[in-house]
Amino acid sequence: MRSPLATRRALFSRRGIIQGAAERLLAGTAVMLGAATLAFAALQLVPGDTVAVLLGPTTTASPEIRQQIRTEFGFDQPVPVRYARYVGNLLHGDLGSSYQLQQPVSKLINDQIWPTVQLTVAAVAVAVVIAVVSAVVTAGRRPALRATATAWELVALSTPPHWLGIMLLTVFSFQLRIFPVAGAQSLSSLVLPAVTLALSVAGVLGQVLREGLEAALEQPFVVTARSRGLSQSAVRLRHAFRHAATPLLTLAGWLTGTLLGGTVVIETVFSRPGIGSLTMQAVTSRDLPVVLGVVLLSAFAVVLIFTVVDLLHLVIDPRLRTTEAAL
Amino acid sequence: MTAVGSVVPLGAGAVPSARRRRRGRPALVVAAVVLLLVTVVAIAPGLFTDASPTDTDPVNALAAPGGSHWFGTDQIGRDVFTRILYGARTSLLLGLGAIALAVGGGTLLGLTAALGGRVADLVLMRLADILIAMPPVLLALLVIAVLGAGTTNTVLAIAAALIPVYGRLVRAEAMVVRRSGYVEAAVGLGLRRGLLVARHVLPNALGPVLVLATVGFGTALIYASALSFLGLGTRPPAPEWGLMLSEGRDFLQTAWWIGVFPGAAIAVTVIAVNVAGRYAQAHFAGRTTR
Repeated sequence: MRSPLATRRALFSRRGIIQGAAERLLAGTAVMLGAATLAFAALQLVPGDTVAVLLGPTTTASPEIRQQIRTEFGFDQPVPVRYARYVGNLLHGDLGSSYQLQQPVSKLINDQIWPTVQLTVAAVAVAVVIAVVSAVVTAGRRPALRATATAWELVALSTPPHWLGIMLLTVFSFQLRIFPVAGAQSLSSLVLPAVTLALSVAGVLGQVLREGLEAALEQPFVVTARSRGLSQSAVRLRHAFRHAATPLLTLAGWLTGTLLGGTVVIETVFSRPGIGSLTMQAVTSRDLPVVLGVVLLSAFAVVLIFTVVDLLHLVIDPRLRTTEAAL
Repeated sequence: MTAVGSVVPLGAGAVPSARRRRRGRPALVVAAVVLLLVTVVAIAPGLFTDASPTDTDPVNALAAPGGSHWFGTDQIGRDVFTRILYGARTSLLLGLGAIALAVGGGTLLGLTAALGGRVADLVLMRLADILIAMPPVLLALLVIAVLGAGTTNTVLAIAAALIPVYGRLVRAEAMVVRRSGYVEAAVGLGLRRGLLVARHVLPNALGPVLVLATVGFGTALIYASALSFLGLGTRPPAPEWGLMLSEGRDFLQTAWWIGVFPGAAIAVTVIAVNVAGRYAQAHFAGRTTR
């Protein structure tokens, strides 16, 4: 999704690691400033008078009170001033106030973030384990085994998560009564949501990983390792896997985005508290500051991970570190 | 698509695939049959059933799947099988509309970026960077929060979430085509700019993008059903697969069939779309000028 390996290599080889890192950080900051600008524009776009939205449809507030609110929220200021204030507030972690819940958006998110973080981390773990096992076991093996793995991955990434969640609930919660139907109190209530969120991601990761492994297994260094007497599985895990893991890392940003979007659906299916259900409430009541807060926070997470991954590539792959002088 | 296919000799560029093609074919045949069937159902659901998707029958409410009701009935006695048949049109049109808008908008943006000079390229691609950093589902939800819920807005929201991806794709392809020999030749022959874009750049840049859009159609179907499932798309009592799935969610304990079958319809359709899309990708791989 981002700059291909070749351009990145050129970047780092020509200007060195520090400059490359600085450029990545600058680019990330620029993207976040752009996202904040878009968010500000979206706030101006909301149809109708914001004060009327704030007061609700049944209000009988006098014009004086309306004017007071306008001054309090700074709606009477010119656009550039409001924009500067908005960006300044964002830098201090102030995401504005909810129209409906009369609370700061940052507080609302802070109150709800833990169940979502648990869910996301658990889903990443499940997805990576499934993908690694599926790829390492089947890469370059018999055609029948590969075909089976390819088929299951295709089914996994094609299955709508909301349907999978309903299926798992039906079987494991209502019929077999192994896991709780709703909530986020216990560890067992995390199992079904995490698996549901992880499966489609595991399908994509498994495919990428197996393609990477199969490409790596054809490299000369694999023959060398085999000729040194290493077992097939040792070659796979110790040598080929390290090569195949690099594109996996590149996918991490995409993975974060998918999972953060997926939590909205999963938390609704399993009636879990969290950022997803907060977002749903806000979308239904058209509480734009809350939705924007969640979108900005997610974009920040994605940009942060893209940047970290780009820097990590330098650590994992020594070839990216070589300067032209060394070549 | 047919125009693209007719230019390409069968199996072009797919050297190692003699074995793969033999193995891939049964899946492709099944997928094609499923897609054909779903399309016919979407066009003329009345061919397959005499029942009405909205007629209620309280006496037979929550009937289990069986002889008279293949997929059972829902909480007010509507036949689930009939509703799935009649829901096909809405569900498919939501996905199709979204992907068509996304590819159309993406083509416009991508061509403008590739051919409109450095400033346009810089501005549009940085904009794409910003939008791609936002998770697509959240971006779609943001659009709905601004525009309000509803069927049309669902299509717009999903398209908006996918446009930056296709914009980048079209731009990349157009950049390659622009530097190709035949475009240079056409420029040398003094072809007008509009004609050049319409006759040479667009058809050649769009082929690979359309192939990828097949898989994108599957994604759009999932997003659309998810938004309907969340109660933001189609309004009841219209039959739509995502909406039916969400209605079934309240009856999982007593009547699992209300939600399970419509969801299965989505899953089967998306799997068929993706199998076909994968085949198209493998078939047209190597055709790109890259």
